[in-house]
Amino acid sequence: MSGVALDPKTSPVFPMAAKAALGDTQMRKNVRHATNVIQTKRGRVVGEMPDWQQLREAGKQIRQHTMEHLDFYLEQFEENCTRVGGVVHWARDAEEAKRIVTGLVKASGSDEVIKIKSMTTEEIHLNDALEAAGIHAYETDLAELIIQLGQDQPSHIVVPALHKNRQQIREIFQRKMNLPELGESPQDLADAARMFLREKFLRVKTGVSGANFLIAETGGVCIVESEGNGRMCLTLPETLITIAGIDKVLPRFQDLEVVLQLLPRSATGERMNPYNSIWTGVKEGDGPRAFHVVLMDNARTEILADKEGRQTLNCIRCGACQNVCPVYRQTGGQAYGSVYAGPIGAILTPQLQEMHHAQSLPYASSLCGACYEVCPVKINIPEVLIHLRNKVVKQNTAGIVGLFDVEAGAMKAMAMIFKSERRFRAAQRLGRMAETPLVRKDGRGVGWIGWLPGMLGGWTQVRDLQEMPKETFRDWWEKRRTNGN
Amino acid sequence: MGTEMTVANASSAARTEILRRIRVAKGGTSTEAAAQSGWGHVTREYRRTSALETEALLELLEDRLRDYDAHVVRVGADDVADAVSKILTTRGKRRIVVPDGLTAEWLPEGFEFVTDDGMSATSLDAFDGVITGSTVAIAVTGTVILQNIAGQGRRAVTLVPDYHLCVVKATDVVETVPQAMEKLSGTSELTTTFFSGPSATADIEMTRIKGVHGPRHLDVILIM
Repeated sequence: MSGVALDPKTSPVFPMAAKAALGDTQMRKNVRHATNVIQTKRGRVVGEMPDWQQLREAGKQIRQHTMEHLDFYLEQFEENCTRVGGVVHWARDAEEAKRIVTGLVKASGSDEVIKIKSMTTEEIHLNDALEAAGIHAYETDLAELIIQLGQDQPSHIVVPALHKNRQQIREIFQRKMNLPELGESPQDLADAARMFLREKFLRVKTGVSGANFLIAETGGVCIVESEGNGRMCLTLPETLITIAGIDKVLPRFQDLEVVLQLLPRSATGERMNPYNSIWTGVKEGDGPRAFHVVLMDNARTEILADKEGRQTLNCIRCGACQNVCPVYRQTGGQAYGSVYAGPIGAILTPQLQEMHHAQSLPYASSLCGACYEVCPVKINIPEVLIHLRNKVVKQNTAGIVGLFDVEAGAMKAMAMIFKSERRFRAAQRLGRMAETPLVRKDGRGVGWIGWLPGMLGGWTQVRDLQEMPKETFRDWWEKRRTNGN
Repeated sequence: MGTEMTVANASSAARTEILRRIRVAKGGTSTEAAAQSGWGHVTREYRRTSALETEALLELLEDRLRDYDAHVVRVGADDVADAVSKILTTRGKRRIVVPDGLTAEWLPEGFEFVTDDGMSATSLDAFDGVITGSTVAIAVTGTVILQNIAGQGRRAVTLVPDYHLCVVKATDVVETVPQAMEKLSGTSELTTTFFSGPSATADIEMTRIKGVHGPRHLDVILIM
């Protein structure tokens, strides 16, 4: 509720944040309701498609192919976009991207912008940078507006305010739009947003958007949405600035026939979302007179360089993996400490941080595989999760720092103990003695340990541990032999 | 001038660096020939054709459009103006903007039709609605596609007014998304808008609400 952007560099680690989130029963109820509704709808419309698996396969192959030839397709996009009147900018990282966008907004002569929902701008905290430069950004997607007015943080890639119910939204609108009489039906709330934003659509001269797809073959850009706020921002301003990750490129116009089938059904359970816009450069008399595209790397090339992690870049941001994930469904999105939550966030976020932050996220999973099954472009999220866990361990145990790593030290000690039978038996005896003060008997006389000290406490935080058996299998086996049975 | 030069230099340095990083990551530079050949090898075993008879195709489109809260009527080629008149009367719409090049025979007497001449968004906002033709419609998804050509016009015209009446020719209806994209392939650089029903949101408790920022009501006349 702080209104501070979700930043993997400063957010608490997932186990801590999740524990706090689990106490918010209203949030859990709202998230469960919303994800249930989307999943049911998705199941129905995917079931209508006899060729769904063939579409998934084509989607996967198109995305893989794009990554293999990313340099060629980006240069082709730039050439074609420029040919039709667009201006292409390149940004190595978030800072550079923010500098470029802020400069372009100022050059447009405006100190206000209307914005379409965009995860990429959330990723780099663009609104904060604009605000610092004296530029006010109006979010125009209903959910983003709820988040912005409520000084909240997004909790889902597609439905960022799904953790809020109508009473909570009404309270925010009453306060921020000065509408004490506002009703609480969803229609009342949408009407209020329409009134509030129409004035901005007609007045503000600069728009900022993300992109769902950049089409290399034509230099065109495609955005899918449902409310019409996207069309407003793309069509009415004099200047349009589109910011996109370099992973958003598609080779050819024809490839839209695959992604435009996969994305809406996976994201919101719709056969097609209400609006898709495709525009190519600047068109005389139709839409903005100045059009800029900022192509941003921000560690995406790091991900590309990792053969196992590379498939993360295939993501088309549908959010289907969030809706099925048993972990996300309990904790909501904000516990992930990043605008990319759920299974895809658990693999994308640490990689976007070059594995320096958000290292607990690859562990925020039950590895049940549900996310892989629903992914429309077949990203094997469990495989990448395990790969990243390996990377985290290797990174933490490497060099001088590794010598002081308690977990690595414990593992080394374990390895030493397991190598020798004598040491193993001694450790067992020691364990039985050491556990004695911690063991409590239950009604049936079975011993349980509810609390372990230090690092071991992580295990007993959410479960009890049974006491060690009084007699080990080896002892029993040996006794049996000496007794001659 | 000085600042512009600096920005251009920075962007060019960033471009060089990003392309270098990509090439290092992949272990080489891609060529047009390699990209083309690789693209040709993508397996496309999904549905690309239709087996539906015309009647079944149109019924599917109607069903899917209604599912998206659009109102649909079918008429013969000579009865469009009559149908427009009835619908506008029922809706209580009188002052309507139309794009340049809209078929004149579709427009009935007794209403005020104003041709768009590049008017401002505020002027468009004062109209009761808009009437347009369409380029292609996709039955399986309930989608109609508009492009910036005669009779369909620029994007703002179908966006700002509160109401949209769209005329679709039966001959322009296809079943699947790939068939529609094939029809659009020759004009892929035109400004293009797909719409499936009126503007909608499900952001509040996943309840579908019609009409947020675009037209709140959509009627479709299907010409046989």
